[in-house]
Amino acid sequence: MQSEGRPTAPEPPGAGEARTFTGNRALQIEEPLLFEVGRHETTGVDVAEAPQVRSRLGRHARKAPLDLPGLSEPEAMRHYVRLSQKNYAIDAGIYPLGSCTMKHNARINEKMARLPGFADIHPLQPLSTVPGAIELIAELGRWLLAMTGMESVAMSPKAGAHGEACGMMAIKAALTAAGDNRRTVLVPESAHGTNPATAALIGFEVVNVPAGPDGTVHPSAVIERLGPDVAAIMLTNPNTCGLFEREVVAIADAVHAAGGYFYADGANFNAIVGKVRPGDLGVDAMHINLHKTFSTPHGGGGPGAGPVVFSKKLAPFAPVPFVRLTADGAEFVETRRQSGDSATPFGRITAFHGQMGMFVRAMSYMLSHGADGMRQASEDAVLNANYIRAGLADLMSQPFGDRPCMHEALFDDRFLEGTGVTTLDFAKAMIDEGFHPMTMYFPLVVHGALLIEPTESESKASLDLFVATLRDLVMRAKRGETERFHQAPMLAPRRRLDETRAARQPKLKWEKPQPYVEAAE
Amino acid sequence: MRFLPHDDADRAAMLWKIGVPSIDALFADIPADKRLNGLLDLPLAKSEIEVERILGRMAARNVPAGSGPFFVGAGAYRHHVPASVDHLIQRSEFLTSYTPYQPEIAQGTLQYLFEFQTQVANLTGMEVANASMYDGSTGTAEAVLMAHRLTRRRKAVLSGGLHPQYRAVVETVSGMAGDSVTALPPDPTGSEAIMAAIDADTSCVVVQSPSFYGHLIDLAPIAEKAHAAGALLVAVFTEAVALGAIEPPGAQGADIVVGEGQSIGNPLTFGGPYVGLFATRQKYVRQMPGRLCGETVDAEGRRGFVLTLSTREQHIRRDKATSNICTNSGLCALAFTIHMSLLGELGLSRLAALNHANAVKLAESLSEVTGVSVLNDSFFNEFTIRVPGNAAALVEKLAALGVLGGVPVSRLEPARPELADLVVVASTEVNTDEDRDAFVRALEEVL
Repeated sequence: MQSEGRPTAPEPPGAGEARTFTGNRALQIEEPLLFEVGRHETTGVDVAEAPQVRSRLGRHARKAPLDLPGLSEPEAMRHYVRLSQKNYAIDAGIYPLGSCTMKHNARINEKMARLPGFADIHPLQPLSTVPGAIELIAELGRWLLAMTGMESVAMSPKAGAHGEACGMMAIKAALTAAGDNRRTVLVPESAHGTNPATAALIGFEVVNVPAGPDGTVHPSAVIERLGPDVAAIMLTNPNTCGLFEREVVAIADAVHAAGGYFYADGANFNAIVGKVRPGDLGVDAMHINLHKTFSTPHGGGGPGAGPVVFSKKLAPFAPVPFVRLTADGAEFVETRRQSGDSATPFGRITAFHGQMGMFVRAMSYMLSHGADGMRQASEDAVLNANYIRAGLADLMSQPFGDRPCMHEALFDDRFLEGTGVTTLDFAKAMIDEGFHPMTMYFPLVVHGALLIEPTESESKASLDLFVATLRDLVMRAKRGETERFHQAPMLAPRRRLDETRAARQPKLKWEKPQPYVEAAE
Repeated sequence: MRFLPHDDADRAAMLWKIGVPSIDALFADIPADKRLNGLLDLPLAKSEIEVERILGRMAARNVPAGSGPFFVGAGAYRHHVPASVDHLIQRSEFLTSYTPYQPEIAQGTLQYLFEFQTQVANLTGMEVANASMYDGSTGTAEAVLMAHRLTRRRKAVLSGGLHPQYRAVVETVSGMAGDSVTALPPDPTGSEAIMAAIDADTSCVVVQSPSFYGHLIDLAPIAEKAHAAGALLVAVFTEAVALGAIEPPGAQGADIVVGEGQSIGNPLTFGGPYVGLFATRQKYVRQMPGRLCGETVDAEGRRGFVLTLSTREQHIRRDKATSNICTNSGLCALAFTIHMSLLGELGLSRLAALNHANAVKLAESLSEVTGVSVLNDSFFNEFTIRVPGNAAALVEKLAALGVLGGVPVSRLEPARPELADLVVVASTEVNTDEDRDAFVRALEEVL
């Protein structure tokens, strides 16, 4: 073919290093801060002129400017589109953050949440004008109870940690009502940090329970810490090592026998939906992260939703608001006063009624999947994690031996011994390969942990490429290509960031650059 | 099942690779007598069109705010949100990303959080803001806990102008933690003497302005009195647009400012998800709850952003953390930031002026209705009216005429019969003159 001098082959590797005038790299466009591109005399919203009235602001009227620059609509669109292009996303590739459950976010869920009948209703408009909203909350609650085998549900918690607080408050209220002043909460060392933080928030003392050598909690470790002061155990199941707590029933029985309650952290419920019901395992309270198990999107860190299901013993203490099913439908109970004799709510944990927008999305997920699809999703999630585990077992090290896992596969850093590559380096090298890294250095009970949760959304081809890539990286690490790992990521919008500097000299908001001032006259 | 990529051949091949005979072998750790053998007693999978039918039918049973004259506020406000906001927050890279744990591939999220923090700090007149809380009410409870840590005292004084549900949240959280709360009685006239309630045990005074009843409160003298007693002022707002028109709490001596950010960028959605705004003084930042995004540089010296000061947080400090919060309101914060970027100070000021003017006109019109009186001297876009008889019944009658005419105070204060004739009424830029006329006509009809 006649090329007329135009090169027909790509430049050799290395040519791409060339610096550009703009600092941009083709589709990766550097974007200044809003405060550097916006202007105080610009607005991207046309607001009608306010009619002349006698102001009722009085002496409260604002006197100083606010220092909030504006952007016209095209400028705003570009600014935020360019920012978005610096993010990894589940829609773009596997996002195997263990314990975070980054599964596909179906857009039908978004569409449903935006129906005016859900998105454009006010939490305090007359209840007679929102029967469909109450119906949805009641129906979602019914599904959650069917899946968990529990007695009642509090829908208002705003996220997982808020649900933990809700559950532990109900436990404290139940104890208080019984005149019991227990103050100790047992928390396994492998637990999410939110568990001990929650217990402390409510005034409990935390006592750690070590995991056994197989990564699970042994009844004996619990029993030797049980006593008349133990209010509850907070147990994640499947646990953060990706293992089902085999002795969960014995643990629950022991805690109950000692007069304590069993709080289950439901962060990993997605592994067992349709396979076992927590209510059958002796659970007294459990939060459910709708943003994990039922795929309401994570949105870069929220919003979430963390409804809590309760056993019969704790049900009367659930906070307001709640839906009470009646002969002729559903009644919405908003205040303690309305709750009547059958319930003694411990109080209220948020204004209004909880994360309705997330309820709609979760309901849409559940209706779409149904009982069959949800069970299949759990099975595929576990299948995928084990497929990854099996694909890497000969090259990477498993802390608890070569045994099946649930929805996430855990490795430690022994396979990197002597390579000069750390877990962090390994994770950063995955970024250059186009993958979001797995959860690193968690759970804390495993040295240099790498926790991989693929979810059911990944195809076999996607998993095969992921495994092949990790195998290649392990081989490179073992071959001594250390520098590549230390330098990684090299191809991301940013190289490694200086977190120490960020913490030592905190710069938490934009400040106008100080103009250069000539020496005083 | 449209969401699951595997077919049975894939599954069989994968099981073979794993080396187990069946999927059940992977669930063998679940006690056999507890395992479910059949399906849950729930419906089977549905196509997208069926899901739309079911949820569409439920949605259709509700009366959307946009379907008629609408004057409901009391902590959540109907504002116009530009179409570009909802489009941008639905971009995959924002919607389907996680908390930015890998900053090299999350600069989009981190930069907007940095912008959000700056906007919130500037809007409230404070030095530093966090990357969001769940909402205003939970943020208020966190502010009280933070004040307790800072002052090493354990008593909060709550204004009677604080949203009753915010009060309930603070009371619940404080009660569980063993802290004490002095809640002043409801203050529908904006005339309480809160300064008299501050004593040597007081850790903080929590004051909402505009108050639940709409009154604009002078925060400066309260701050002065609190500081003299070694206490802090926690300033609360539920209507962020108000800060386009009134003095920011930071300029009046507030130590912690917490507010509901729903008004900017976020739909009503029956109460959530919303976004809590939380700001304070630089010197208090290490006792602040929640995530913080900070500026730094990368290995090539280029500016970048990371989550920082995480030694305050639960994943590092566990039971010694400043809060148990993990997931917050990232996407709602993004909606806030985009909408605020579009508004800018100019647009926000105009928007606030229009809200205020609409509310003033509404107050004037309602006060001309026989038997109705407006309780407020000052207000922004919301005020309290006294009506003859039972307010809750009145609001129901208005709803039957197609007018959503405010919130009867009794819905939130059922134990206070003396408030049973009060309605909190809000008006924003979405209300037209016709809406206002319809409200007045309906009110005259039902009275």
